[in-house]
Amino acid sequence: MVKQIIFITILLITLGIFTYTVKRIYNFFRLTKPFPVSEWGKRINITLKVAIGQTKIFRLPVIGFIHALVFWGFMVITLGSIEMVIDGIAGIERSMSATGWFYDFVMASGDIMAYVIMVAIIIFLIRRLFMTIRRFYGIEMQPKSKIDALIALSIIFLLMVSLAGINLTYVQGHPVDYEGLFPVSAALAPLLFGESQNMLFLHELSWWTHILLIFAFANILPYSKHFHVFTSIPNVFLSRLEPLGHLPNMENVTREVKLMLDPETAFAPAPEGEVIPSRFGVKDVEDVTWKNYLDSLACTECGRCTAVCPANITGKKLSPRKIFVDLRARMKEKGPGLLKNKSFDDSKSLIGDYISTEELWACTTCNACAQECPININHPTLILDMRRYLVMEESAAPASLNTMFTNIENNGAPWQFSPEDRMKWTESL
Amino acid sequence: MNTSINVPVIAELAARGETPEYLFWVGCAGAFDERYQKVTRAFVRLLHHAGVSYAVLGTEETCTGDPARRAGNEMLFQMQALTIIETLKAYNVKKIITCCPHCFNIFKNEYSDLGGHYEVTHHSQFLKKLVDEGKLKADPAIFNDKTIVFHDPCYLGRGNGEYESPRAVIASLKAKTIEMPRNKSKALCCGAGGAQMFKEAEPGTKEVNTERTEEALATGASIVATACPFCMTMLTDGIKFRDKQEEVKNYDIAELLVMAIGL
Repeated sequence: MVKQIIFITILLITLGIFTYTVKRIYNFFRLTKPFPVSEWGKRINITLKVAIGQTKIFRLPVIGFIHALVFWGFMVITLGSIEMVIDGIAGIERSMSATGWFYDFVMASGDIMAYVIMVAIIIFLIRRLFMTIRRFYGIEMQPKSKIDALIALSIIFLLMVSLAGINLTYVQGHPVDYEGLFPVSAALAPLLFGESQNMLFLHELSWWTHILLIFAFANILPYSKHFHVFTSIPNVFLSRLEPLGHLPNMENVTREVKLMLDPETAFAPAPEGEVIPSRFGVKDVEDVTWKNYLDSLACTECGRCTAVCPANITGKKLSPRKIFVDLRARMKEKGPGLLKNKSFDDSKSLIGDYISTEELWACTTCNACAQECPININHPTLILDMRRYLVMEESAAPASLNTMFTNIENNGAPWQFSPEDRMKWTESL
Repeated sequence: MNTSINVPVIAELAARGETPEYLFWVGCAGAFDERYQKVTRAFVRLLHHAGVSYAVLGTEETCTGDPARRAGNEMLFQMQALTIIETLKAYNVKKIITCCPHCFNIFKNEYSDLGGHYEVTHHSQFLKKLVDEGKLKADPAIFNDKTIVFHDPCYLGRGNGEYESPRAVIASLKAKTIEMPRNKSKALCCGAGGAQMFKEAEPGTKEVNTERTEEALATGASIVATACPFCMTMLTDGIKFRDKQEEVKNYDIAELLVMAIGL
């Protein structure tokens, strides 16, 4: 009974902190612009493929496979964690064991995966600590990013050690009548503990360590780049479904252009409830869509985007990862002020104070970054929205691009050729 | 064989009450860029050889607005797009072929947002179809001692998932083929996309086209095949920059087919 009360109290505190964090982040989403979502069938399909199937992480096959093992391991182990919460609240043991073969399957795979993940995390830690992986570096990679990674990896490692502890002490303590299957732990337990069957203390220690680590981890994650654990599956579900080459249309511009081209339709009143946007394109966090912001929360800074960016490869300042690291940081800075006062202005902005125009103009819109992102973050559309702001609000395009605009306006071609000469190529046919 | 060819103009056909099956969208590079005009001519020879019913807009053609849109000038893009949609409506255009992946992408994916719905085919896809139908037959002797490496245009490949058609056209030449380490969805951009074609690159350690050209040259191929006017400019420049223009040639897949058929 005492154990139950302690457990429920800690659980409520955990949920309380988590709710506070989620509400705070949810409020930031309210500051952003709409992003229409439809075609649910396709979204389920893409989630099964890209998130559950981990298809894009396999674009780097070796390290991708290790990540996939950790991910799939987490999926089965999470089922066991749910059981632990039920057990803790109800003051019983192994509440899900009545599910029979399903329970055997969940426990057996969880047991195997606990050890697999331990090995995987050791590999990840060695990479982070002792190897120089180029994509883990860059101007946007602050020390916090590295510390975040090391903390997350260490917690996951301890989670797996304590889970193994639970399994080992359980099978050792109930050698003939344990519920579920624990192939690895059942084999290891006698080697570790010999004949001893008094596992009560070690079992309780492992159990409490594991569940408390889960509670702590859940509340640390949203404050680090590893919020990814919660946000990446929704992010994949909400992927852009259009071909990568497609750039979203600006409806507000269409209205203005139609006004210029055809006054008769243009003077029709705007549909009811339509909000006229304060500006064209993206200058700061309040101009991005909520999907852009979700992208920034889901990014775990793996740097696969930056590693394939032609601009970055050739020494330009642009790093696609930085765009989302900056967006997240800027929202953290400006969001609280905006929530208090809609017209809050700290005389800073995402463009200029975080992302330079030099970075924005270096993009070739080749979509290598978006193609590579394991969780379907779309960098080029956001970069383009910032260019749209620069051009349409600030008229701040590089001079040579202004010349190109003028050529299109005057001659209908980006170069200075006369439209009358459009058939000249046929002359030598 | 170079018999003189009359390129049909859609307005002239319309005046006679005729409607071509396809509009061949020449594109600005195809019409004005001296090097790419050769590709346009090559493609037209292939269309005539295969007996395709097509026409061009001629002087009524104008920029799709793609470079303006990619440079952030949505206003200018939409002006161009809405104007073109009206022109195409007047001629009842349903099917478009183009050699330019940027024109291809914008017609296929973006004009529909503004009310322009077309069946859009890139010339690599169209040529593959004609090859498959047996209407374009390459002489296997022409390229059998050559090695060809293909560079994927971003807006054809990653942008629209088309990696196989240009490779199928090249395969019909019966040359040896080789791939760059970064190919298909992992291909490196030539450096010209996103309106970079019309501006100087930002400061860096290297030009993107040099990086890509070096990768192509390292394969040892004697022909770098492209399927995009901007890629052609960038890679031809890159080959010259590395002083390899004697040993290595840059051709569009349409030109290769013309050579292999002997048109």
